[in-house]
Amino acid sequence: MVAKFDLNDDSVVVIIGTGAGGGVLANELAQKGVKVVALEAGGRYLPEDYLNDEWASFGQLAWTDTRTTSGDWRVAKDFSGLPTWIVKAVGGTTTHWAGASIRFQDHEWKALTNYGKVDGANLLDWPIDGAEMAPWYDKAEEKLGVTRTGNRPGLPGSNNYKVFEKGAKSLGYTQVHTGRMAIQSSDDTGNRVACQQTGFCFQGCKWGAKWSAAYTDIPEGEATGNLEVRERSHVAKILHDETGKVTAVEYFDKDGKLQTQKARIICVAGNTIESPRLLLNSASEMFPNGLANSSDQVGRNYMRHVTGSVYGVFDKPVRMWRGTTMAGIVQDEAHHAPERGFVGGYELETLSLGLPFMAAFLDPGAWGREFTSGLDSYENMAGLWIVGEDLPQADNRVTLSKDAKDQFGLPAPNVNYSDHPNDIAMRNHAYARGVAMYEAVGATRAFPTPPYPSTHNLGTNRMSEDPKLGVVNKWGQTHDIANLFISDGSQFTTGAAENPTLTIVALAIRQADHIASEMAAGTI
Amino acid sequence: MTQEHLKGITRRALLSRSMATWALAVSGAGFIAAPDAAWALEVAVITPEQMATLMQMARDIYPHDKVADQYYAIAVKGYDSADSKDMVAAGIDELNAAAVAQGHASYLAIGWEKDRVKVLQAIETGVFFQTVRAGLVTGLYNQKEIWPIFGYEGESFSQGGYINRGFDDINWL
Repeated sequence: MVAKFDLNDDSVVVIIGTGAGGGVLANELAQKGVKVVALEAGGRYLPEDYLNDEWASFGQLAWTDTRTTSGDWRVAKDFSGLPTWIVKAVGGTTTHWAGASIRFQDHEWKALTNYGKVDGANLLDWPIDGAEMAPWYDKAEEKLGVTRTGNRPGLPGSNNYKVFEKGAKSLGYTQVHTGRMAIQSSDDTGNRVACQQTGFCFQGCKWGAKWSAAYTDIPEGEATGNLEVRERSHVAKILHDETGKVTAVEYFDKDGKLQTQKARIICVAGNTIESPRLLLNSASEMFPNGLANSSDQVGRNYMRHVTGSVYGVFDKPVRMWRGTTMAGIVQDEAHHAPERGFVGGYELETLSLGLPFMAAFLDPGAWGREFTSGLDSYENMAGLWIVGEDLPQADNRVTLSKDAKDQFGLPAPNVNYSDHPNDIAMRNHAYARGVAMYEAVGATRAFPTPPYPSTHNLGTNRMSEDPKLGVVNKWGQTHDIANLFISDGSQFTTGAAENPTLTIVALAIRQADHIASEMAAGTI
Repeated sequence: MTQEHLKGITRRALLSRSMATWALAVSGAGFIAAPDAAWALEVAVITPEQMATLMQMARDIYPHDKVADQYYAIAVKGYDSADSKDMVAAGIDELNAAAVAQGHASYLAIGWEKDRVKVLQAIETGVFFQTVRAGLVTGLYNQKEIWPIFGYEGESFSQGGYINRGFDDINWL
């Protein structure tokens, strides 16, 4: 029986956003008997609704509210109003994610200690480490059904993977496999359907083989009777009382009417752009710089991973679009080895795009025969994606636009990002290794493509031991306001080289445990 | 523009495209048609010559020799509207002025692709060129009918995915 809570019920936990952070937190709290109202800006789409058509799916799921961009990153030029490729729907970007689920490496929790001070970077150690997170990662891997963990076999390799694997092994790489994926790989190692190698992982899995909060944690939470999800509810502002405790949220409901929901605790999980935007838009007389912003770190240290792609063209067909999009990884470059000319490391993962998105992302803005001769060989292409650790920088940040407004008249976010020299050195290294992989298996042509709008958005409410250096403590609780939590990737202190979802989920499970025990103890 | 003039341009255009299997013709009566009458495109608001210019631009921007003219026509036919009319007229004037500046009668009158590309390069930072180019990214490549020309198969869910249909059938590695 799905719960329904009163707007004036001030005993509920309000969670803003229902993705990897908010969706998991909502279910975990509901399972523990905590009453939760989850406010989701998007609508509810399930596997039968997903569209295996790139542009149509983008129109259905993507977050396309007004945003502006600045900085020297190429996304600001190529996609000036679209800094991110994320989802506005129940389940958030867990609908779109490809399923890659890998743990941080131990050294990455302590980037400042292990990399040392880097000019221009705002590096900091996380207040937690690999040992602290290990049991939470175990739970996250079980929840997501990650392949190559527990008794779950790896996925079979697709054509795109086979080219990738042979190229990697030709270069001497040894940590090469079909990935740790939150995609069911056999009929008897989980409750979902096994992967049918359909492609279109980015458009929502029509089989439900990939883990998404939309059809796992959200309905499981609702089944407890403790969770109410209000879809198409866009939070405008968080309210507080004279003691500084947060008390309620104002949101525009599905009819565009402003509503106020009272709360005992508020957890913000609106993704790394919207979460700091909401704190900034909630500025008050008591908190003129925005909520939980005494450190001035809200919105700063925006990270989006060092990314880019490499495509190899061969004299014979590959048909990279067939099968699981990202089931392939090389981890040999993920370690920290500053002799390569940069700190931190990167993963190489298989990737494919359909013809329409390949045309849009291959070399945005380019035209003429150099461009089209690449597309002419689409059937003979193999592709990979780079995911590396980018460095936090104070001025890479989300701020409120002075002019641009969203559909509700609220100041839109501006996303400013410029590459750090370390990011550029890493990307160039990864491009060269990717090209070498494909040339080792006979590519007649290989080319890099620039970063796409960001799907990994991190760091704008970062976790810190010292309240002066970050926004939240090791529980994701804001340093300034005891009953205000951050529950998404914006709490990342540094980005590490890994796809972030598994870590967001592990942190959310851990945070739910903490919040429930603090509530029981009456401390919040 | 006189009928005579249109025919002259069309004749030159035809000559310039003698390597093509067939080429489009501006009929002068609100139609652009393939010479073999395989298809025709009626224009309502802009002139046939403007439509022919847009189609040539589309092919010069994203030239795929295996993709027939009709798909480029579909990609730009949205400009035949009251909303786009003024933008198209001003843009083509800019394009033709650039052609004249490079010693040609007009953009469509240029015989060789490499010479037309030079004219396009002269206006490529302008709003008109960028609007047409950006529109083609979806207008051309999102036509399902052209996907097979590139080997792309589109959705596979309706056929049960590729698990039994070749997701791992590569045989040349």
